[in-house]
Amino acid sequence: MREGAWIAPFSDCFLWDKTMLEIKNLHARIAEDGTEIIRGLNLTVKAGEVAAIMGPNGSGKSTLSYILSGREDYEVTEGDILYNGESILELDAAERAAKGIFLAFQYPVEIPGVATMQFLKVAMNEQRKARGEEELKTPDFMRLVKDAAGKLQINTEMLKRPLNVGFSGGEKKRAEILQMALLQPQLCVLDETDSGLDIDALKIVADGVNALRSPDRAVIVITHYQRLLDYIVPDTVHVLYKGQVIKSGDKTLAHDLEANGYADIIGAAA
Amino acid sequence: MNMQTTSRQTAAEAALIEAFNDQIGELPGDGSVIAIRDRLLDDLKKAGLPTRRVEAWHYTDLKTLLRTIPDQAGDAGSEARDPLVEESAVLSVIQGVPDLKRSVDGLEISGYAAQLSNGTAAASLGALGSDDAIGRINGSFVRDGYVLDVPAETLLEEPLEIQFVHAGGQAHTRLPVSFGANIKATVIERHLAVTSDAAFVSHVSDITVGEGTELTWIIVQQQGAEDTHLGQIRVDLGADAKLKLFIINAGGKLVRQELHIKVTGEGADLTLRGINLLGAETHTDVTMVLGHNVPHTGSTEVIRNVVFDRAKGVFQGMIRVAPDAQKTDAKMACNTLLMSDDAEFSVKPELEIFADDVQCGHGATVADIDHNHLYYLMARGIPENKARAMLVNAFVAEIVEELEDEALVESLEGVISAWLEKHA
Repeated sequence: MREGAWIAPFSDCFLWDKTMLEIKNLHARIAEDGTEIIRGLNLTVKAGEVAAIMGPNGSGKSTLSYILSGREDYEVTEGDILYNGESILELDAAERAAKGIFLAFQYPVEIPGVATMQFLKVAMNEQRKARGEEELKTPDFMRLVKDAAGKLQINTEMLKRPLNVGFSGGEKKRAEILQMALLQPQLCVLDETDSGLDIDALKIVADGVNALRSPDRAVIVITHYQRLLDYIVPDTVHVLYKGQVIKSGDKTLAHDLEANGYADIIGAAA
Repeated sequence: MNMQTTSRQTAAEAALIEAFNDQIGELPGDGSVIAIRDRLLDDLKKAGLPTRRVEAWHYTDLKTLLRTIPDQAGDAGSEARDPLVEESAVLSVIQGVPDLKRSVDGLEISGYAAQLSNGTAAASLGALGSDDAIGRINGSFVRDGYVLDVPAETLLEEPLEIQFVHAGGQAHTRLPVSFGANIKATVIERHLAVTSDAAFVSHVSDITVGEGTELTWIIVQQQGAEDTHLGQIRVDLGADAKLKLFIINAGGKLVRQELHIKVTGEGADLTLRGINLLGAETHTDVTMVLGHNVPHTGSTEVIRNVVFDRAKGVFQGMIRVAPDAQKTDAKMACNTLLMSDDAEFSVKPELEIFADDVQCGHGATVADIDHNHLYYLMARGIPENKARAMLVNAFVAEIVEELEDEALVESLEGVISAWLEKHA
């Protein structure tokens, strides 16, 4: 269900094999206590690709997403992360976001006192500023928000509240996808976006993600379950275990995992 | 609690006494007023300015902190500024002198100098106690101010801004305001500087809130970077009256704001909210003495402080519950964001409870910015310094948003963000 699929073969002429993200032998630990979570992880994601990352609890899935986004609680001890050919390890979270990396959080934090609309406007304009573009005028901003919110069936009353404050679990997830739609990132990382969503909300969120699929954008979907992948169909599936990718394949790998669990793969890798 | 007698006079103490001698002939007042002034100055001479050995001044050693007193006269010819909230009625006190040509629908307005001259001011001119240095200074030197009477049942549609404009030099003012019963009103008491010359300001607002009256009183202190501001608000809260008292300190070099509040009518309720924005090498002290004197009254106090650089802040909150003031419900909180290693904030909550069926509590927190919040904003491309500013703003803006009036909230948020832009 790729939107604008007809242009894919044409643009593939230019973008085919264009590597967007290359994680090379990454080792990372929790800064505070030195616990190593990522232990020699390799992963390549191309422009236009939707990559699913699956794995049992504690395999390092969320940690990987935090490290990609530049969270300072983790320390990279070895290896590198190349984004469009350049290392991003020295960039802080804001600089990475301005370069087009977006993480949809599993548990978005509530920030009392920060109005949602003001936050959205500042975030959009700061990213535009970083790219040397003009700031959005208020009416244009309002129109963009209204359109995007409409597509995600988000009640605009909700956006009058402080950021994420009093939002239900489902509303928080939708609000994350709304931010993604407005910020138009190049690399979207979705961390367990399906958790806490009922089937209707899941479809709406998946539609929102699918609408963003394009040949020059990549999506990494982190999930426990095959369910989300029925709606956001991945090109590649990677199994993460103990901080490493132990198996990669196409979407059939996700079905195998759903049917047989992780035990076989983990056993084979051990 | 007696003030210490000190042998050595500081430059500031000498300057105060000299200023009094210079002005003695021109200060308004009949015999009774002059007698009180003489006594207050005499007490000041004997005790000197309070030091840390005086309990109420333990964290604000005025004798050490107050180094110099500027000469009496500041820049003449200053004018009132636009009010914070556009539609407000404005009363202006320029360099300590009220503009008595101004009028506001529904208010009876006169000058305080006349009350000094005819002696009616004498009854409330004295100090509140032996440690009331602000009362002593103000009572000795006060020249003028507005006297406002608000008749019962008055509905003030728009906010009233009473603007104290300072342009260096000294100003000593009073503002007795009597609100009758069942009034609805919003008053902004605003102190601002129009020059960078040092000003020495003492001010006392003396407010009576009648039965069933709903009053929002907002003190906005925006004095200059070299100014000393010694403020006092005395409140008597009548039966079923509701007072929302907001105090925003966003200026001044040495600031003490005292709140002396007596809840004297059953069913009365006080909401106190304070925001202290402190930067550079300034010292700001908010000291509250709140008496719940009768049964069935309530109060909540929330103070939020943001302290940058080498600034120091103080909040002292004393709640006294009288023996027969059963069913009092009082909650006090003081939350501080320390934005530098050299920033300081001292909090001293005190509960003196003489009744046995009451709910009283207090809490204090000191923290840095929540780094999960900072990370979230940065992960959306907001640079660190801007993200920090947003979070600091959010920390204090939350308080302002309790005011329901949108125009008012917007204006006060404007005061806060303007300060943060300049200092953060």
